[in-house]
Amino acid sequence: MSNRIDVKKTYKLYINGAFPRSESGRTYEVKNAKGVFVANPCLASRKDLRDAVVAARAAHAGWNKVTAYNRGQILYRIAEMLEGRRGQFVEEIVNVTGVSKVKADKEVTDSIDRLVWYAGWTDKIASLAGSTNPVAGPFYNFTIPESMGVVAAIAPETPSLLGLIDVIAPIITSGNTVVVLASTKAPLSAMTFAEVLATSDLPAGVINILTGKKDEIAPWMASHMDIDALDISGLPAKKHAEIKVAGAENLKRIHSFKSADPGRIIAFMEAKTVWHPIGL
Amino acid sequence: MSFYGLVDGSDASLKSYLGNLSGVDQVGAEARAAMLATRSIKTTSKRWAIDTAITMVDLTTLEGADTPGKVKALCTKAVRPDPTDSTVPSVGAVCVYNDMVAVARTHLDLIGGQHVPVAAVSTAFPSGRASMPVKIQDTQDAIDAGAAEIDMVIDRGAFLAGRYIDVFNEIVQIREVCGDKAHLKVIFETGELVTYDNVRKASFLAMAAGADFIKTSTGKVAPAATPPVVLVMLEAVRDFYEMTQVRIGVKPAGGIRNTKDAIKQLVLVNETVGPDWLNPKLFRIGASALLNDLLMQRMKMDDGYYTSPQYVTMD
Repeated sequence: MSNRIDVKKTYKLYINGAFPRSESGRTYEVKNAKGVFVANPCLASRKDLRDAVVAARAAHAGWNKVTAYNRGQILYRIAEMLEGRRGQFVEEIVNVTGVSKVKADKEVTDSIDRLVWYAGWTDKIASLAGSTNPVAGPFYNFTIPESMGVVAAIAPETPSLLGLIDVIAPIITSGNTVVVLASTKAPLSAMTFAEVLATSDLPAGVINILTGKKDEIAPWMASHMDIDALDISGLPAKKHAEIKVAGAENLKRIHSFKSADPGRIIAFMEAKTVWHPIGL
Repeated sequence: MSFYGLVDGSDASLKSYLGNLSGVDQVGAEARAAMLATRSIKTTSKRWAIDTAITMVDLTTLEGADTPGKVKALCTKAVRPDPTDSTVPSVGAVCVYNDMVAVARTHLDLIGGQHVPVAAVSTAFPSGRASMPVKIQDTQDAIDAGAAEIDMVIDRGAFLAGRYIDVFNEIVQIREVCGDKAHLKVIFETGELVTYDNVRKASFLAMAAGADFIKTSTGKVAPAATPPVVLVMLEAVRDFYEMTQVRIGVKPAGGIRNTKDAIKQLVLVNETVGPDWLNPKLFRIGASALLNDLLMQRMKMDDGYYTSPQYVTMD
């Protein structure tokens, strides 16, 4: 019988490759399905969002310049790291949501597979969404899809890990950077996933994860002029109109999705058209 | 020159003047600066602080790659920092290299910026390594071209070698060149002076020699205008005022990049020398990137949402 005191993990935010507490100093209680206390994650404020957007903006130029091939390698690396810590994720999901171990194990497996799937898309999406266009003149005309910049996202409440990955993976696949608000009720696997990201050769600031309340953070995401697009898949449908109105000021592209789909990648890209004279 | 009756211009009197200064409590200065940095300035106070800070900015470009076009763009921004909002005040001054003074002055006059002075960095800026006749000519050139403020650098080599009288005489001579045509700011390059005791000593030396302003740094060396260094200089200014009833200005420069840093500086001023110094005549901030952040914070307060660097000019 050991008298050792447990070393409990402090769940913090993930901004610019570091794990800061919320600048507000606030936390909130997360309880499991039976109502028993589990942890005190950070209750992020609008100022944490502000800091995360600064980090994401700074990271965009570099991440966008990484070759599609290399972005795929890094996404695959995230999957490898997640595979290595599978047990911890299963345990956390079971503990917080009360689902069976079998179901939790399937969620983690699906999450890993989803990352590998998006890793494959990085160097193929340009062929799918781009085109060469027939024009009436001696020119080649190309449509080339490019990343938009900083995309904010709200992850669905459940499934807490797979839902988060479904939101962020398509955004970063094309070279965007992301600020994501994790599931409010089950944020622990998101913050443990941040530890996976921190060891995956992913440049700091490409993925930034906040934990907190949707009603508090979503309007600030919508009105922030330095956020180019918004994924509101995790927001209840009745809130969508309000957020779309708030996001109209800087013509923010706002989408929501129900399933994994290459269209999610394309939704956060914008097309550039290039004319090139045909030499003789 | 009387030097406020503090020194008679001889080496011996200068040594005894500087030798009588009290030392700086390093731990105390750093703790006090850190404590004052925790003050929370919000809503109307923050709005006032932002506008006051804008009027104190010496909008600076000191690059080898400066072109007349860039200097003109900077002047336009100095007069009206936010083209979409006429309630934003003009900055304190435009700070350029000597050869750009005429370009800046002409352009400012052309666009209705007669109220914005041009400051020139002088005396072989940033190193200060040149002979005295060259430094005097450098300063004279800037004044002839229309500079109303001269930012001179001290000879840090002489200061660190203990040849205080050489540093003192240089400042006195440049002061004479400036006459009543130009304000004189004396740059210490505190990052090279190493200790707070040296900063205090340099402050008293420059003030007695006739400086109108004492300035922390060139912006070319880090660390630059750290809060404790500015605190030590402000305390020197306060003590000098008690001795002579003369108000000397302070200009931190280098490393003040955002609104939070600027407001921390204003708190230091208010708590050390008092609200009389919260005035562009007695406090300036040398910066280039800071102005954009001040404008973005101002937009945030007016609009109620976060803005993007895309909505302010780059230079």
